[in-house]
Amino acid sequence: MILSLGLVRGVIGMIIGAILGMAVTMLIRIGMGLAAWGMEPVSVVGALVGSIGFLLGVGVLTDWIKWMQGKPTPMRHGPPEGKPAWTRYFGTDYNHKVIGIQYTVTGIALLFVAGTLALTFRLELVQPELQYIDTNTFNTFVGAHGIVMIGAILMGVGGLMNYLVPLMIGASDMAFPRLNAFGYWVAVPGALLIVTGIFVGGWDTGWTGYPPLSARAPLGVQMFFLGVYLIGLSSIVGSVNLLTTVTRMRTPGMSLFRMPIFVWAAVATSIIQLTATQLIGLSFLMVLIQRLLGMGFFDPNLTEHAIELNSPPGNVILFQHLFWFYSHPAVYVFILPGLGIISELLPVFCRKPLFGYKWIALSSITIALVGFLVWAHHMFAAGMEDYLRVPFMFATLLVAVPTGVKFFSWTGTLWRGKITLETPMLFVLGSISVFLIGGLTGPPNGTVSTDLFLHDTYWIVGHFHATMFGGFFFPFIAAVYYWFPKVTGRMYDERLGKIHFWISVPGFWVQSLTQAYIGLHGMRRRIADYDPALGIQTGHVLITIAGFAIGISMIIFVYNLVVSARRGEVAVANPWGSRSPEFQIPSPIPEHSYAQPFVVVGEPYDYALPGSTYVNMNPAGLAAGGGGGGGGGGGK
Amino acid sequence: MSVATPYVEPAHHEHHELPYSEQLRNNRLGLWLFFTSEAFMFIGLLSSRFYLWGNTRPDLDQTLGLIVTSVLLVSSFFMNRAETAIAHDDRPEFLRSLLITAALGIAFLVGVVGFEWQGHIGPSDGAYGAVLFGMTGMHALHVVSGVIFILIVWNNGRKGSFSAERHWGVEACAIWWHYVDLVWVFFYPALYLMGHVVHG
Repeated sequence: MILSLGLVRGVIGMIIGAILGMAVTMLIRIGMGLAAWGMEPVSVVGALVGSIGFLLGVGVLTDWIKWMQGKPTPMRHGPPEGKPAWTRYFGTDYNHKVIGIQYTVTGIALLFVAGTLALTFRLELVQPELQYIDTNTFNTFVGAHGIVMIGAILMGVGGLMNYLVPLMIGASDMAFPRLNAFGYWVAVPGALLIVTGIFVGGWDTGWTGYPPLSARAPLGVQMFFLGVYLIGLSSIVGSVNLLTTVTRMRTPGMSLFRMPIFVWAAVATSIIQLTATQLIGLSFLMVLIQRLLGMGFFDPNLTEHAIELNSPPGNVILFQHLFWFYSHPAVYVFILPGLGIISELLPVFCRKPLFGYKWIALSSITIALVGFLVWAHHMFAAGMEDYLRVPFMFATLLVAVPTGVKFFSWTGTLWRGKITLETPMLFVLGSISVFLIGGLTGPPNGTVSTDLFLHDTYWIVGHFHATMFGGFFFPFIAAVYYWFPKVTGRMYDERLGKIHFWISVPGFWVQSLTQAYIGLHGMRRRIADYDPALGIQTGHVLITIAGFAIGISMIIFVYNLVVSARRGEVAVANPWGSRSPEFQIPSPIPEHSYAQPFVVVGEPYDYALPGSTYVNMNPAGLAAGGGGGGGGGGGK
Repeated sequence: MSVATPYVEPAHHEHHELPYSEQLRNNRLGLWLFFTSEAFMFIGLLSSRFYLWGNTRPDLDQTLGLIVTSVLLVSSFFMNRAETAIAHDDRPEFLRSLLITAALGIAFLVGVVGFEWQGHIGPSDGAYGAVLFGMTGMHALHVVSGVIFILIVWNNGRKGSFSAERHWGVEACAIWWHYVDLVWVFFYPALYLMGHVVHG
């Protein structure tokens, strides 16, 4: 029965909720003496009630509603009774590993949606003038590419953190399993609303949604705001859960500086998600109600009555401050987990201790904290208060210091290591090379004098995509390959993995370097057309070809995962010789992960140190052999 | 490479449920983290007030402001009384204090929505209207959520839930209410007291 799938019930609930919400709004409007149909208020309330309908339909609120009625809610474990095991991935499930997979798969699916949008407008840019799509569609696609990618990345980050962190610190699950499921499922109607927005007029504002344009854009922008709001809620509750889990549920002996390095990255990410996300929510909410109720936060015009009251006018710069207070730190939400993956995987494939563990751990926290003080560098050319420019320039350049610490640590770890080049390691090395491009193209944007010329050019596009691909995308791919055998119990196809690497990473080098190059030659961002006299058409052709190559490589990637999950070679418990605790238990990982709490007795990354042990999986000494630390010796 | 120890499937799953005391401490931390998150949203609203209004403010009814603020502050006293009562197993006092808190919360809402919002400033009156309605509206939403929370706790308490030892629901409700109250302690001076009224 198809109704047994939570996702299907959710979508039905969303439709019913939307109709109900719209009907109630129309009734209220009639009661207020207004015309029954008002496109915006009716649609916005419909979308909101529809999202609640989705959550009710999928069943993620059921236990909380029972709590309100004082009914007992025993914890459910394992796949749903009387249904095939795979159905649990399409409904409410409280196991953090299931939720991690839900996040990851949704993230990859959204990558394809956003990538398709990008390839569409890349085709348009192959030739000057307009061929395939009009300017409004172009702008909507650019904005939708941006925000769907952000959604995809947040899902990917959520997937990595939910799946890995409880395993790495030896927690039985996240601290709040129901909240965890809610965090995933609330993002799904969010993504649906954003996609809906494309079809109800779109939004020609780009993903930043700046007023005054967004205050006048079509209805699509309201769906976009609501969608972002829901995904933001997902981020916030996810970070509450993660920070509580890491603070309170570490296994005995797992002191802060003995945690796997990815956990540090996850904590740094969560600090940003917990706090800064509120500000993008607030800024979008303010535009949303400005449009609905005429509250002129960002409207420079005053009514007659407002002038009588001596009221000051609204100010669009305020929006940019609130927006970037999240949206700059957000890029650290994206890259910190990715950089954590790089630091996590390098020692395994170099068979060497991670160089400067404490420095790496603290550099993640430092990046997160300094990241709060740099937002206005997006506004150097926006007519912002002049005196803010230099302080924000200095703060921005300061971010290079902890980031440099990471680069030196990676170099130090690679130095004289016994490097083996399996697919995850290839992607780690590719990530470092791409992130280096992103890093080196950054300081010119952070410096006021050069940024005034580079602002809003393709140079920024090149810089930004290099940081995202090097800082999140390629490390995420590496992580998927690396933990694939733990998740499915089977090995991926190494040959296809290498093909994926050799198409996507060099493809990306071409793409981002060419983007930076045409930016320097005068190509503006977010513009559908360009002057052939700039001599950049070849560049555009190259970028488009590279983009399609990356797209094709992603199809190979998904093919590899799907086929290997069913027919791949059966994986051993610890294919990489890792010391991390999740590799000391069988593949795939059992429902309750660890049979008993393990004890941390040593340093996490002392590869090749004879006799060193990280975790004692059997502290009571029930089985002979004691510490199952693994990977103590040099080879694999 | 040392040998991994054999995996033993546990005979029962009880140890995967956290004991109450552990879960209670998790809950407390989680709620405080959520407060931290919410604080950033309220600070964003406060920043908007100072950014847009600067050193001026609209001419608001001072008596009304003082009354609603007092009502909300007094309500926190009764919330604290309710929590103390359940900790001493005094159920009648617990339920009574909850109802008084909810009533005071509703009185606050009536003051803000029923009187302040009906004054001479409307939501579309420039930055004065936008910020005034934005800040009081967002705060009022939180008060509404608090009142609903109190009524749910009251209803469950009436049916015999909660004990002196186990009353996380009451505790969460109480600190949520105090938190919403605390936000108003910052909002009230920012809206009613700071800056000067410019007369035309």
